[in-house]
Amino acid sequence: MSQSIPMTTENTVIRPDFALISQWVKPNAKVLDLGCGDGELLTHLHHQHDIRGYGIEKDDKNWLTAMENGVDVLQMDLESGLSGFEDLSFDTVILSQTLQAMHNTEGIVKEMLRVGREAIVTFPNFGYWRNRIQILLGQMPVSKTLPYQWYDTPNVHLCTIHDFDTFCRNHNIVVIERKVITGGQDVQFLPNFLGNLAMYRLKIA
Amino acid sequence: MSENNSVGLVAPQSAHFDTPLPLKSGEVLTQYHLTYETYGELNADKSNAVLICHALSGNHHVAGKYKETDKAPGWWDNLVGPGKPLDTNKFFVIGVNNLGGCHGSSGPSNTNPATDRPYSATFPIVTVEDWVESQARLMDYLGIQQLAAVIGGSLGGMQALQWTIAFPDRVKHALVIASAPNLTAQNMAFNEVARQAIITDPEFHDGDYYNHGVVPRRGLRIARMLGHITYLSDDVMGAKFGRKLRDGSIKYSFDVEFEMESYLRYQGDKFAGEFDANTYLRMTRALDYFDPALNYGNDLSAALAHVKAKFLVVSFTSDWRFSPARSKEIVKALLDNEISVRYAEVTAAHGHDAFLMPDPHYHAIMRSYLAKIKV
Repeated sequence: MSQSIPMTTENTVIRPDFALISQWVKPNAKVLDLGCGDGELLTHLHHQHDIRGYGIEKDDKNWLTAMENGVDVLQMDLESGLSGFEDLSFDTVILSQTLQAMHNTEGIVKEMLRVGREAIVTFPNFGYWRNRIQILLGQMPVSKTLPYQWYDTPNVHLCTIHDFDTFCRNHNIVVIERKVITGGQDVQFLPNFLGNLAMYRLKIA
Repeated sequence: MSENNSVGLVAPQSAHFDTPLPLKSGEVLTQYHLTYETYGELNADKSNAVLICHALSGNHHVAGKYKETDKAPGWWDNLVGPGKPLDTNKFFVIGVNNLGGCHGSSGPSNTNPATDRPYSATFPIVTVEDWVESQARLMDYLGIQQLAAVIGGSLGGMQALQWTIAFPDRVKHALVIASAPNLTAQNMAFNEVARQAIITDPEFHDGDYYNHGVVPRRGLRIARMLGHITYLSDDVMGAKFGRKLRDGSIKYSFDVEFEMESYLRYQGDKFAGEFDANTYLRMTRALDYFDPALNYGNDLSAALAHVKAKFLVVSFTSDWRFSPARSKEIVKALLDNEISVRYAEVTAAHGHDAFLMPDPHYHAIMRSYLAKIKV
């Protein structure tokens, strides 16, 4: 697997992630999935909600697999933004576990909220206690959710739930809903410590 | 590709049309004929037909050979054949020479039945819209109501796009490769230089060179040399020729010194020997004039509002004459209309010519997309 592929193949984490995203997408919605990988989420949403979905994927192999899976997939680089897309031309724009691998992190979130009425952003919570322990032990965290070594990771903008909450506040972004999960289970207590995966449903204030 | 998945020996066919064809220019072609070739078998319900539209210098001879001793097969033979990405075991593939061409279909070098002399300069200026209209008539003639797909690269991609606009119910899939929704000023500028090279050739005789027994070879040659520069990328020219000297040392002359010059001259001479100058002028004009958004306040999305076909749009990273940005304009307009579209930006070194190359990833894309089409 090339380093540029966001970690979309770690099924153990992905499935509950998709199930929750699905609850946030309305039937027949027009959905744009940024970094759609093999198109699994869009296929799932299509079956569940009969959505009109498009995916964006940069990697050749993923792109081809997504197309073979019947997804309308566009090969573009998210780093250059969504300039080809009209304002509010999608009901929901999704960035599923790709935020941390973006260089232009701030830009892409702004673009998502320009193009979509709502945005869904999910990312691995760097504040998860297992990550903190590895840091305390003096090493960069490596786990199922963060399966890379420090020298080969595509993840350049890892953040905690606390960080992202602050980011939203400072950028006039309204958090419609937030879910934090670990191993598929809902985490209510100390989410920034006990939560492995953070999921946000966002809109512009 | 090995010989055993070639379509084999083929022969062109001709269809004559007596129903006048009103052209976009206002002129009318009272009668005309189209030369075409087919590969594979048309199925019983005639649902497996694929039309291939050719680019500037192409023609109907897409695949196979006319005789075993032919030096080269048709121009898109690497794509079309049994077991190839456009599989002739599944599809009935049609290649057609466009009106105004010089490979069989009615064009400037043909005899005008009204005067018994070559049309020459009097052959009307034809457009992408006119070609698509004539192609639709050819489909009528072949008894094909709806095409499974229309495929074209470059100027051919413009025809594929125009098919979906003009005949939304007659095309299920459009494969628009290395194309654009119109030409940029720079792109049209190259065409103008090419035309000026031809028109100012003393042997052009206002397009009536047939009656003077000459051919404006110099002009055609320069036009083609210019074209070739723009079809390749700087990187590929560098890799292919670099600064290599043809004879190993500099001669301080204006003869061929560098390999690149040798290549361009060879390509120019070859082309000047087989292509018609009046056709070249018309093909470049068809490129210039194509602009479906023009009648919609330059809003391409509005121009595509009634399109029903599904799309595969492909561009190539090093193609600067039909850049990925231009393909993305088509994609955007399709998205605005919620039309099914897949867009691939193939990493390729060969510039605009990449669309004719058998790049494995590019061909995998074509193969996968075409395999999914139900016939």
